[in-house]
Amino acid sequence: MLGKLNWTAIPFDEPIPLVVSIVLILIILSVLGWITVKGYWPYLWREWITSVDHKRIGVMYCGLAMLMLIRGFSDAIMMRSQQSFATDGGGGYLPPEHYDQIFSAHGTIMIFFVAMTFMIGLMNFVVPLQLGIRDVAFPTLNSVSLWLTASGVLLTNMSLVIGEFARTGWLAYPPLSELKFSPGVGVDYYLWSLQISGVGTLLTGVNFVTTILKMRAPGMNMMRMPVFCWTALASSLLIVAAFPVLTATFAMLLLDRYLGFHFFTNEAGGNPMMYINLIWVWGHPEVYILVLPAFGVYSEVIATFSGKSLFGYRSMVAATMAICILSFLVWLHHFFTMGAGADVNAVFGVATMIIAVPTGVKVFNWLFTLYGGRVRFDVPVLWAIAFMVTFVIGGMTGVLLAVPPADFQLHNSVFLIAHFHNMVIPGVLFGAFAGYNYWFPKAFGFTLNERLGKAAFWCWFIGFYVTFMPLYALGLMGMTRRLQHTDNPLWDPWLHLSGLGAVIIMVGIGLQIAQLVVSIRDRVALRDVTGDPWNGRTLEWSTASPPPFYNYAVMPNVEGLDAYWGMKASARTEKHEQPEYEPIEIPRNSPTGFVTAFFAVVMGFALIWHIWWMVLLGLFGAFVTFMVFAWRKRDEDELPADELARMELERAGAPA
Amino acid sequence: MTIAIVDQGAVSDPHARPVYRPFPGPASKRIVVGYGFWIFLLSDFIMFSAFFAAYAVLSGETAGGPTGKQLFDLRTVAAETGALLASSFTCGMSALAVQTRQTGKVYAASFFTFLFGAVFLGLEISEFVRMVAEGAGPQRSAFLSSFFSVVGLHGLHVTAGLVWLTVMLGQIATRGFIPTTMRRFLCFALFWHALDIIWVALFSVVYLMGAAA
Amino acid sequence: MLSGLTSSGVLDPQGPVAHSERLILFDATVIMLAVIVPVIIAILAVAWWFRAGNTRAAYRPDWAYSGRLEFIVWSIPALVVLFLGGIAWVSSHDLDPHKPLAETQPLEIQVVSLDWKWLFIYPEQGIAGVNRLVVPAGRPLHFKLTSATVMNSFFVPQLGSQIYTMAGMTTQLHLQADKPGTYPGISAQFSGDGFSDMRFNVEAVPETDFDKWVDETKAGGQALDYAGLTQNSKADKPAVYRGVEPGLFEKILDMETEGAEGQQNAPNATVSPRAPVSPRNGGS
Repeated sequence: MLGKLNWTAIPFDEPIPLVVSIVLILIILSVLGWITVKGYWPYLWREWITSVDHKRIGVMYCGLAMLMLIRGFSDAIMMRSQQSFATDGGGGYLPPEHYDQIFSAHGTIMIFFVAMTFMIGLMNFVVPLQLGIRDVAFPTLNSVSLWLTASGVLLTNMSLVIGEFARTGWLAYPPLSELKFSPGVGVDYYLWSLQISGVGTLLTGVNFVTTILKMRAPGMNMMRMPVFCWTALASSLLIVAAFPVLTATFAMLLLDRYLGFHFFTNEAGGNPMMYINLIWVWGHPEVYILVLPAFGVYSEVIATFSGKSLFGYRSMVAATMAICILSFLVWLHHFFTMGAGADVNAVFGVATMIIAVPTGVKVFNWLFTLYGGRVRFDVPVLWAIAFMVTFVIGGMTGVLLAVPPADFQLHNSVFLIAHFHNMVIPGVLFGAFAGYNYWFPKAFGFTLNERLGKAAFWCWFIGFYVTFMPLYALGLMGMTRRLQHTDNPLWDPWLHLSGLGAVIIMVGIGLQIAQLVVSIRDRVALRDVTGDPWNGRTLEWSTASPPPFYNYAVMPNVEGLDAYWGMKASARTEKHEQPEYEPIEIPRNSPTGFVTAFFAVVMGFALIWHIWWMVLLGLFGAFVTFMVFAWRKRDEDELPADELARMELERAGAPA
Repeated sequence: MTIAIVDQGAVSDPHARPVYRPFPGPASKRIVVGYGFWIFLLSDFIMFSAFFAAYAVLSGETAGGPTGKQLFDLRTVAAETGALLASSFTCGMSALAVQTRQTGKVYAASFFTFLFGAVFLGLEISEFVRMVAEGAGPQRSAFLSSFFSVVGLHGLHVTAGLVWLTVMLGQIATRGFIPTTMRRFLCFALFWHALDIIWVALFSVVYLMGAAA
Repeated sequence: MLSGLTSSGVLDPQGPVAHSERLILFDATVIMLAVIVPVIIAILAVAWWFRAGNTRAAYRPDWAYSGRLEFIVWSIPALVVLFLGGIAWVSSHDLDPHKPLAETQPLEIQVVSLDWKWLFIYPEQGIAGVNRLVVPAGRPLHFKLTSATVMNSFFVPQLGSQIYTMAGMTTQLHLQADKPGTYPGISAQFSGDGFSDMRFNVEAVPETDFDKWVDETKAGGQALDYAGLTQNSKADKPAVYRGVEPGLFEKILDMETEGAEGQQNAPNATVSPRAPVSPRNGGS
């Protein structure tokens, strides 16, 4: 009746997951209860849950990312502390069965539910505004993407309370992830969560490629597009090209696990090496999916806060598209030690180094943007400069690892861990934080508290070095990754130092939470009345903060790169002297996304626990949802021209 | 809307070239929908490529069991191909009829599209059933796992297409030839023809090459 | 603290492979540092000099392109990459794990990774060891590796390259310990709950001592019971065995590829859904 599900699925006998589950459930129930008591449900449903507005969706993605950052970081600090405590051949407070789930969840959550969601969130909020248009190509599909991602988040976190998570690492290599060696539900939670959110991500890719290539304001040729839109395009192209491979590979593993197929089993001719190839064919482009939008953020931030245009725009575009293509040609460097032979290893090693070239070009161009500027050290710029100096260190260790014989010594060691955190944290995460501080006033109408922002920055910056530099040393000393305990006294001081670094980062995260709380408290004082708090260069700063739901009453006519800067320079404060308002079509809100995602969770849960009737129920529910959507009477509402004129007049206190 | 001949107010690029054909603004809904659906189809092709790659790697891993040469019946494959190609042809007919809003022709052509598609599926399912009965099911070997998956994935898409076609006919029946319905039918037609393209790759790589091995 | 860095692991090579690899690491690091140190200094210096409050700095808001500079910034990384790429190409071939180290006949060792210990078979001597690998110092070693379960990675940092072990296939590795000594070895590919204890020591001894050790081992003790070894266990005590079934390595290779009916892939229905204790071959 309930498949594999029974009471043993709840971790009554494991204190840590049990306590955490109870606390989490209490928190969630409290929040839901508070919302109910205050009567916020109609507002939330109307304005957020069923919203198809890219701005709302972007904010929800970023909010989800920040919540998951806390979850992923909790895993991180548990790992650091376990390794700091368990230095005498055993012990610590996390038995291997639990520790293995924690590092698997840490990687999965950070990549899929923090980094991806943050970048997609920023892309969602910013790209249509920067393109001078009103929304993305497929707004309802956008909502579906968001809620499917949330489904994946929910399923992954459910594994904490009911069942277990994968114990295989974040990429679940077979044969370890096959049924024979992982008979529990953990790998199934992993696979279904990511399949469901993967569909959401793929649809986002389709949405943004179409939007950026087919929908821009009049006059905005490709070479007049802001760099952030170029990087969003490159990232979206990569999503469209790479995520299907992930879907296929996970489908193959699921077929092995559920129907006894033999794609990757040891027996009957299965080939685990093929999984590793396929998963990294996805995996390497994935890291560029993450970092390219962050590079775009840095380009915007550095240019704006230097008071100069970005140096070498065309070079930056070329470098971005070069990275896009090259990212598909390097995947084997993730497994030089699988024994491919010298020729193959060497080719991929050289290809990996080649991809460092356009990245290096970007760093130089950012440097030349700063040169001759008037650099204001606001919080976003601090993140950008910290990124530049730290990321190049990670790039250096990457080039080292790209030499196959060097990799033979360092593969899978904590040196590797240090390297990729040295790329992702300054690269993606600092970019997310820079973008968050930069665009927050646009989204909410008030800036974030500067002092707390800077304090948080310093904690992250220092904390990052204190956590990860010792790991480089430990890797050189022979320490491999994913160890639940160690017993080399020479390693202890480095492990303790690294643990201390994690605590410093934790303080930084605390300060970021404080920054948000304090800023909301002081929002009246921090109000952004002009819509352009940073003296920006791109079109989003020409709107009010926050922009009206239709973004632009009249679509701007773009006459050059850095369109808004050009408008300001020509001392044109109005787009047109006498705006000719035309009726605007506003996409209607829709519960399709949320309801589809609900049924996706039902199906995912049912598949994990082998509750077959529930799977059919979920499938039927999803189908009905599609049918309801297909037969809806109106896709859009029309905002009449005079209504629009009236709204614009009302807003006229804040000049556009 | 003014058309700028020269970049005005563009402070950034001193090497600005005169722009003679500025971007006209967001494309029409029909173009946007069609374009987006094409991008989605390309992603679907990539997913199929991954399964094709797996098939290529595993095609020799028969684990002592039956090979493609022993299993494949090329007459059935030929019939399946004929059915699918025919359904593509009738799909084209119905797409043309949709353009000209000839309801009767739309229903007729779609009926045959559905029929031929169902024939294809029926033949494929019977083939699968036969193979499983002979002990050559997907659990037998890696080769068979990859065969059933790549061919089965295509079959799943065909099934989804038949469901979609039914829904489309329901939309036409209840809402007529409104722009939304026309756009959706265009997407369906693209989808159906794309499945044909994949089938060509499938029968070449899997069946013809497998039988010749 | 820093002494540990150079007294163990990768920076303390005890064999020719590790020596070469450390040299590559140093060379590549120096080359890259020559690029990134000036870059880091330049970033900090430029950001500081051109800060908004510095009225002495020239403000050039329209300077956004320079063909010459573009040429340089594309060329510098390209040249560095060309150079390092050459190093990568040459060294990949020189240090290919398949490549024998010398003309002399190496000692043949077969390696099998299990859950969660290492089995070492000396096919020419007919003896075996678990979690203990005794080798003659100064003589090339030729390893053939496989796995009886999931993927692992055989790694002795002070001797050099690691290589994956995979079921149903053989990987190869050539290493050598120059001097007598004890060198720690590990698995470098996560393989499950007992992974942290998959450690062994390589004991390099003088050639004559090695022959003596082989004779002693053959003289007393037990023969290897492979079936018993396939049961899950962690932190197995190092042991040696006086006899090992001939062709065991090849048998293990075959064992891991058979099972055409898919039974071995079936889930164990008696295992609890949460399965807190890692249930490999049956859920204990």
